[in-house]
Amino acid sequence: MNQFSYVRPANLKAAIDAVAKDKSARFIAGGTNLLDLMKSGVVTSEKLVDINRLPLKDIQLSEGALHIGALVLNSDLAAHDLVKTQHPLLSQALLAGASQQLRNMATVGGNMMQRTRCTYFYDTTMPCNKRAPNSGCGAIGGINRMHAIFGASDSCIAVHPSDMCVALAALDAMVLVTGPKGSRRIPFTDFHRLPGNTPQLDNNLGKGELITAVEIPSNHFTKNIYYLKVRDRASYAFALVSVAVALDIRDGVIHEARLAMGGVAHKPWRLPEAEKALAGKAPTAENFRIAAGIATQSAKAYKHNMFKPALALNSIQTALQKAASV
Amino acid sequence: MSAENDQHPRDKQAGRRDFLKQSSAMMALALTPPLVIKAAAHDEAIAGIFEKMPVNMEINGKKMQLSVEPRTTLLDLLREQLALTGTKKGCDHGQCGACTVHVNGRRINSCLTLAVMQEGNQVTTIEGIANGDQLHPVQEAFIKHDGFQCGYCTPGQIMSAVACIREGHAGSPEQIREFMSGNICRCGAYDNIVNAIVDVKSGGKTV
Ligand SMILES: Cc1cc2nc3c(=O)[nH]c(=O)nc-3n(C[C@H](O)[C@H](O)[C@H](O)COP(=O)(O)OP(=O)(O)OC[C@H]3O[C@@H](n4cnc5c(N)ncnc54)[C@H](O)[C@@H]3O)c2cc1C
Ligand code: SF4
Ligand code: FES
Ligand code: FES
Repeated sequence: MNQFSYVRPANLKAAIDAVAKDKSARFIAGGTNLLDLMKSGVVTSEKLVDINRLPLKDIQLSEGALHIGALVLNSDLAAHDLVKTQHPLLSQALLAGASQQLRNMATVGGNMMQRTRCTYFYDTTMPCNKRAPNSGCGAIGGINRMHAIFGASDSCIAVHPSDMCVALAALDAMVLVTGPKGSRRIPFTDFHRLPGNTPQLDNNLGKGELITAVEIPSNHFTKNIYYLKVRDRASYAFALVSVAVALDIRDGVIHEARLAMGGVAHKPWRLPEAEKALAGKAPTAENFRIAAGIATQSAKAYKHNMFKPALALNSIQTALQKAASV
Repeated sequence: MSAENDQHPRDKQAGRRDFLKQSSAMMALALTPPLVIKAAAHDEAIAGIFEKMPVNMEINGKKMQLSVEPRTTLLDLLREQLALTGTKKGCDHGQCGACTVHVNGRRINSCLTLAVMQEGNQVTTIEGIANGDQLHPVQEAFIKHDGFQCGYCTPGQIMSAVACIREGHAGSPEQIREFMSGNICRCGAYDNIVNAIVDVKSGGKTV
């Protein structure tokens, strides 16, 4: 790792100032992604601003919404009673990610900000538009088995690796941020970006802006939910494809559906057309098949991930069936 | 273990002196020395690029005043500065679990956290779990069930297993496999590791 200076500010304003005013300064929370990237030479930061002592660790209900501080640990969030009872989909998604050791370090804010696992992004001897803008994309003509099938561009076909974020996208969460110019709220699905021709930008957070919390509005998705993660080994591996499903089934009819996928796009991928196709329908295998077909219509595969559209289609059907029969 | 001797006071003093000098020179901070020291002792702390920084930690029950560079990981502090080499470096990237230690009672990968981030925390390593000459029940079970071959992953496996049982995640072999997945064993001793954990868990001993 390169050498860097270290500050541990006592309050939010000092932390934001420290990053806003220094071009190469970064926040550090759990450190599980940032230090990994710094050891690999992908990120070089000359100042780390440790935010771990800031008071952003609460989980509470406020006006019906579940307010989750940005420094809540992934393991604590997954095990929290309010999450397990009111948003079990989030709990399942969190437990599908990383290992218990890593979840004991990883924070909500850090998880949202984690960078792609594209191997060309990690390998500093390779071209990568995300790491070094305009250097080219190693993955497009290279090994792209793990890469996107939705929303990719000619500049970048990387995927966002988070599991937690897929559940938060499905649950219509809000992101609360505070920066040098004040505070704002960003709908979760607008937080991460598609690559377009600026793949160096993963999300819409400004320089010096700090995620302070995530809020999940109250919903009826407590029972018929499922997080399906398909990967190369049974645990402790990133998703090839993952599916978050939340259904509100009443009297044999799907009142509302939420569907999002991981491992398939540069951001957690909501499937609004498929959700619409399910609303008002019976939870039958045939309706699930139709919805999965709609969801994967626009899929575009590359040389080594030709299997992904079919895997996505089957995974959506399986996840819907698991959710419906709970 | 000469852990404390490795940390001669001279080192610390020098660190702090450099720290003051450089903070004012490099960062043009108008801080008076007493203020800086006070800040370092509380939540606000600062260390320049080439400076060492004072850190207090309790390691295996011993209170220690240390001095580290900001970029030193907890793993490197334990192994290189304190000679606690039981904790292993496998991948140095969070991918193998060989570096697993407990911080404030919870298992973490010590390769992906900075030592300076652990100010005021209690760290337990494999060297700290036996009771004198009396092995920890999980250590005994690993021997009884042949829970290792080369032994390189074993300290991490044992630290993880102790935490897994304490967390209440050792309810069944399936649950053990899932919650021990952060510890890779290249020798493939997995079955015996699971048996060891099941044995401790069903034996009802406090771990
Ligand atoms: C071996 C391994 C396997 C993994 N497997 C999975 C997996 O299967 N699924 C999965 O989802 N994840 C997985 N992860 C990734 C892990 O979830 C992330 O590394 C973790 O969530 C990052 O959180 P952190 O607090 O450690 O972030 P840090 O490393 O501290 O920070 C990451 C980035 O976020 C920024 N940041 C942190 N907090 C804030 C904030 N509040 N506001 C603004 N910016 C902030 C930092 O500046 C930094 O750029 C894995 C990681 C490893 C090492
Ligand atoms: S897919 Fe994106 S991250 Fe991967 S090499 Fe191409 S530009 Fe870089
Ligand atoms: S050395 Fe830390 S996880 Fe491998
Ligand atoms: S015993 Fe050899 S790696 Fe596990």
